[in-house]
Amino acid sequence: MAEVLVYVDHVDGAVRKPTLELLTLARRIGEPVAVALGNGAADTAATLAEHGAVKVLTHDAAEYADYLVVPKVDALQAAHEAVSPAAVLVPSSAEGKEIAARLALRIGSGIITDAVDLEAGDEGPVATQSVFAASFTTKSRVSKGTPVITVKPNSAAVEAAPAAGAVEALNVSFSAQATGTKVTGRTPRESTGRPELTEAAIVVSGGRGVNGAENFAIIEALADSLGAAVGASRAAVDAGWYPHTNQVGQTGKSVSPQLYIANGISGAIQHRAGMQTSKTIVAVNKDAEAPIFDLVDYGVVGDLFDVVPALTEEIKARKG
Amino acid sequence: MSLRIVVTVKYVPDATGDRHFADDLTVDRDDVDGLLSELDEYAVEQALQISENSDDDVEITVLTVGPEDAKDALRKALSMGADKAIHVEDDDIHGTDAIGTSLILAKAIEKAGYDLVISGMASTDGTMGVVPALLAERLGVPQVTLLSEVSVEDGTVKGRRDGDAASENLEASLPAVVSVTDQSGEARYPSFKGIMAAKKKPVESWDLSDLDLEAEEVGLEGAWTKVDGAAERPARTAGTIVKDEGEGGKQLAEFLAGQKFI
Repeated sequence: MAEVLVYVDHVDGAVRKPTLELLTLARRIGEPVAVALGNGAADTAATLAEHGAVKVLTHDAAEYADYLVVPKVDALQAAHEAVSPAAVLVPSSAEGKEIAARLALRIGSGIITDAVDLEAGDEGPVATQSVFAASFTTKSRVSKGTPVITVKPNSAAVEAAPAAGAVEALNVSFSAQATGTKVTGRTPRESTGRPELTEAAIVVSGGRGVNGAENFAIIEALADSLGAAVGASRAAVDAGWYPHTNQVGQTGKSVSPQLYIANGISGAIQHRAGMQTSKTIVAVNKDAEAPIFDLVDYGVVGDLFDVVPALTEEIKARKG
Repeated sequence: MSLRIVVTVKYVPDATGDRHFADDLTVDRDDVDGLLSELDEYAVEQALQISENSDDDVEITVLTVGPEDAKDALRKALSMGADKAIHVEDDDIHGTDAIGTSLILAKAIEKAGYDLVISGMASTDGTMGVVPALLAERLGVPQVTLLSEVSVEDGTVKGRRDGDAASENLEASLPAVVSVTDQSGEARYPSFKGIMAAKKKPVESWDLSDLDLEAEEVGLEGAWTKVDGAAERPARTAGTIVKDEGEGGKQLAEFLAGQKFI
């Protein structure tokens, strides 16, 4: 059976959920071979094996943390040469897409980004993409070289599928470009204790109607009652009420949770682009004419300052 | 000292229009009005700010690849304050994918001459966000991308990249390829004076032969990916909408419980 390279996104050995979803998709095409780089690379093996990795290629060097993107491209290229895979799958983060693009160019292959589904096809893997602010769905495939495909979070279920997960050291020699862009400082984000926005099963968002940074506390309280991540519209972020890392929409994150609750968000195309593929959509807005109500499964026309706290209380009461 | 900045821009269908696909499954550019991709305005703005903050002699060239109408995008950038423009236009370019676009842009950038390339974070139609990285790979220069802050001094570009896990400070020597996000600073509106001045600024037109490229290397046939089908997403079925008469929160909780979210 053909092998499929899966690029592992991990933090000091802790594998992030989208990588496990990639393993599910990779198994539809062939045998997953994982590539884990940098600090803690070898520590990823047990988790990866549990989810279907037959092999885990690892390499650690200071370059991965000290220089931008290119060292990782060099390593993935080395893995491509060593394995000759049927496809290369990379998580669709900002960095993931950059790594995948440079790799594709180097190995003379086409690239598809932001796939939301992947299946085996007669002429190679077929990727489903959601385009034009999620108003269209396309099916595409790579027609030259080894398909390089980046996949969005929440595109597949995480499945247990125990495999050998044998750790092998990857031989990497860095290119002249590897040290071109130096990382001179790094400030890790403070953890909020809430789930990652793009990975969360439930997202609770606030927009212009929240009307102030201090009022986001009621959005956060609702999120916490549901174990949800917190999102914000561009209007709320541009006003400085909530950090850009939480922005949902075209220039922020695109999310596809089981449940999306939009509070005080009108639903402009910018925002819809980032949340329209959510399974269930709920909105609270004062304006009955707000376009967000065209998307909802359930909507409440009302003042979010009344409805949201009442909802939070009710959820807490029901959960006991 | 002089500093040559090339800003890559894209002419895209208006995102608020009814965007759809043409029969050959390329983006239909006829039925929806086009404009300079909003995210590229940030790139033009940062080029102008670098120029304003520099003691060097800075020349800003805006570059686009696209059909005749794409000149509108160049005009807008020139009216914001860029010095000159290059329009790469050729019938054989229709249907070119991101890899092919990066080839055309890289050839044009090399022909124009550059110290710094600045791009937006992504286009608002394709939204892949990979062209800056591809340009760096093709040109063999450092990639300093997705910056929310950027500055150039003494042949070095510095910037801040706000990622999911961390905020990183980056540094590279020129020549380099930079991309900036919508957090880099509001783009200016063209002034009346700027709009008038733009009419007199030079716009060069190049075709594939000017760039020593063959038709087979680009276009729909030369693309390394193939779109097999596109379908409009079915409209969501109309949901239940209630007016809050004091029970809105409770009713919503009831709905969520019914859907097993609580």
